[in-house]
Amino acid sequence: MRLVDEFRDAAAVRSLVAAIESTVTRPWTLMEICGGQTHAILKFGLDQLLPAGVRLVHGPGCPVCVTPIEMIDRALVIAARPEATLCTFGDMLRVPGSREDLLSVKARGGDVRVVYSPLDAVELARARPEREVVLFAVGFETTAPATALAIKTAAAGGVGNFSALVSHVLVPPAMHAILAAPDVQIDAFLAAGHVCTVMGTEGYVALARRHGAPIVVTGFEPVDLLAGVLRAIRQLEAGEARVENAYARVVQAGGNPLARALLDEVFEPVDRAWRGVGVLPRSGLALRGAYRGFAAEERFPIAELRAREHPECIAGHVLRGAKRPTDCPLFGGECTPTRPRGAPMVSSEGACAAYYRYRRRADGEGA
Amino acid sequence: MSASAWGAAGLPACPISLRDYPRVTLAHGAGGRLSAELVERMFVATLGGESLRARHDGARVRVGGRGDVVITTDTYVVSPLRFPGGDIGTLAVYGTTNDLAMCGARPRALSLGLVLEEGLPMDTLWRQVLAIRAACELVGVEVVTGDTKVVERGKGDGMFVNTTGVGAPVDAPAPRPARVRPGDAIIVTGDLGRHGIAVLAAREQLMIETPIESDLATLVEPALALLEGGVDVRCLRDLTRGGLASALNELAASAGVRVELDEERVAVHPTVRGVCELLGFDPLYVANEGRFVAIVAPEHVDAALELLRRFPVTAEAVAVGRVLERGPAEVVGRSAYGTTRVVDMLSGAQLPRIC
Repeated sequence: MRLVDEFRDAAAVRSLVAAIESTVTRPWTLMEICGGQTHAILKFGLDQLLPAGVRLVHGPGCPVCVTPIEMIDRALVIAARPEATLCTFGDMLRVPGSREDLLSVKARGGDVRVVYSPLDAVELARARPEREVVLFAVGFETTAPATALAIKTAAAGGVGNFSALVSHVLVPPAMHAILAAPDVQIDAFLAAGHVCTVMGTEGYVALARRHGAPIVVTGFEPVDLLAGVLRAIRQLEAGEARVENAYARVVQAGGNPLARALLDEVFEPVDRAWRGVGVLPRSGLALRGAYRGFAAEERFPIAELRAREHPECIAGHVLRGAKRPTDCPLFGGECTPTRPRGAPMVSSEGACAAYYRYRRRADGEGA
Repeated sequence: MSASAWGAAGLPACPISLRDYPRVTLAHGAGGRLSAELVERMFVATLGGESLRARHDGARVRVGGRGDVVITTDTYVVSPLRFPGGDIGTLAVYGTTNDLAMCGARPRALSLGLVLEEGLPMDTLWRQVLAIRAACELVGVEVVTGDTKVVERGKGDGMFVNTTGVGAPVDAPAPRPARVRPGDAIIVTGDLGRHGIAVLAAREQLMIETPIESDLATLVEPALALLEGGVDVRCLRDLTRGGLASALNELAASAGVRVELDEERVAVHPTVRGVCELLGFDPLYVANEGRFVAIVAPEHVDAALELLRRFPVTAEAVAVGRVLERGPAEVVGRSAYGTTRVVDMLSGAQLPRIC
């Protein structure tokens, strides 16, 4: 795809690095929000190209990482039920719950399936009316519209054997929580381009002003990421704190109005726990009035879940940018992608997995 | 064996942690780290003699004192049975005979084991048998023995195929990991990831504007041409489910070396790259069925490339890296920007990401 190659061009990367070097006069700490950005930074070694004082810390934008453990335990219980077919995205299968993961339930005979689109789960429910098909819907504003569409489709088609365990979360409340935390000093954000494709950039204006932090909407390729870093540093050096769009080829200020309308129709914001972080006000999406009948929690009432995190896992600190994956005593030893103890070691977007995968031996860190 | 290694029932303790994996998961078959651990700790450690411990694609054995034969086996469980660019029958012939060629042997005979699921349309079976015949004719190998089993509906994915291949070594030093040495060049014979993406697209009915075909192909002729053409071939390895990254990691581990991969020299078809971007896959880990890695003496790179470019299936061969020093096995990826990263063994199956 030319689209990709163009934004990996080595000459463009070198000239952006030169521009960053000539702009920066003092140390700055930038947080990239999305785990996809974290992985690209480590995979392409972009942090190795930046001047010593420019530090990138990794944000909470890994959907499987922030899915509360209670929700995963609930999915595990549902998946083990003989009448249920649990559909979810691939990454979710290996995220550890209190005792096990979905892949283990599947190996024991649970009907767990990977879907590529939430609508596939509705189709499956239609084709298998004798099964209770449950969509375990996780993700940020990027994937929530597809879940909304699936639920709307199921409602319109009277697909009564379909339900959804909705664990969608919203990015701006998490950014607010990070900026307000006393133990994390972030000078600027690289906001997640894909999220802004849906939601637009308006939601960040108040956040940037209130906390005096530049927020630059940034893409996922090396050239995109370095352009985001450059724009953030230019603002910081000039004492500005604006919302800026460095990903204009994809993101429009108003986002995608159709998708936003769909979200508003099907979901309402609620307080939601983020794994390792705690409850953040109005940071999650839950089914609204007319659609509440599709909530899997209602179909499969579960008396009591006693969730238990690994006591030494520092995922919460990693997700807030307070610590690096390599600060964890479990990293690379007891906790590896083969045998993850915390969610960030699982996902193709988790920060611990990125460090394990791209840095472990090259840096002499970890196992 | 010490007493502590014996469980309550008097059996040796399972070498895989039963606490972590009380049951086999799909990741144990995905060609990544878990597959490697299973093979290494359970099969090789328990069953292995010298051949198995060499961890090559097949084994060279002496039969009755009259020269060596090479033997290899593989089982094929692809779903769907037919996919763009191939089918399970062709795969079962090419895959196993490619492994023989990677061991420096010309394929002579194949066994064919079929596990059929009750209800499989007879016409589907017939088409696969025809595909097997056509593939055998192309490779120049014969099915000499076989076995058929039928399992109840729901206990097989239409059909599973096992083939065991026997081949005769060509007159050249046997390519094997132990011959790899620092300074050797690493050649890859074409672009990566077509098979994995073609099968995924067919299975999941992904809507792709430009359909991608599997790279499924016989590699026997180009591989043997290298050996018979006088190139000092240290080792050959065809790329299968774990992709180039897993193959290089396995080779690095078997040979006890670090290797370096120039990532910008690795070719990936635009459609494959597009689908990978979409799903969060790394093409270095996506399956291939018509590509191989040749590790050759540095002074023979040009001759090797010249020979490979005579065959359509390897016409796009390029040198993509080199063997560094002996030491702890590691694959280092070097980007176009001069930065480096570890190209690790995949931990489980590549699973599609969420956003």
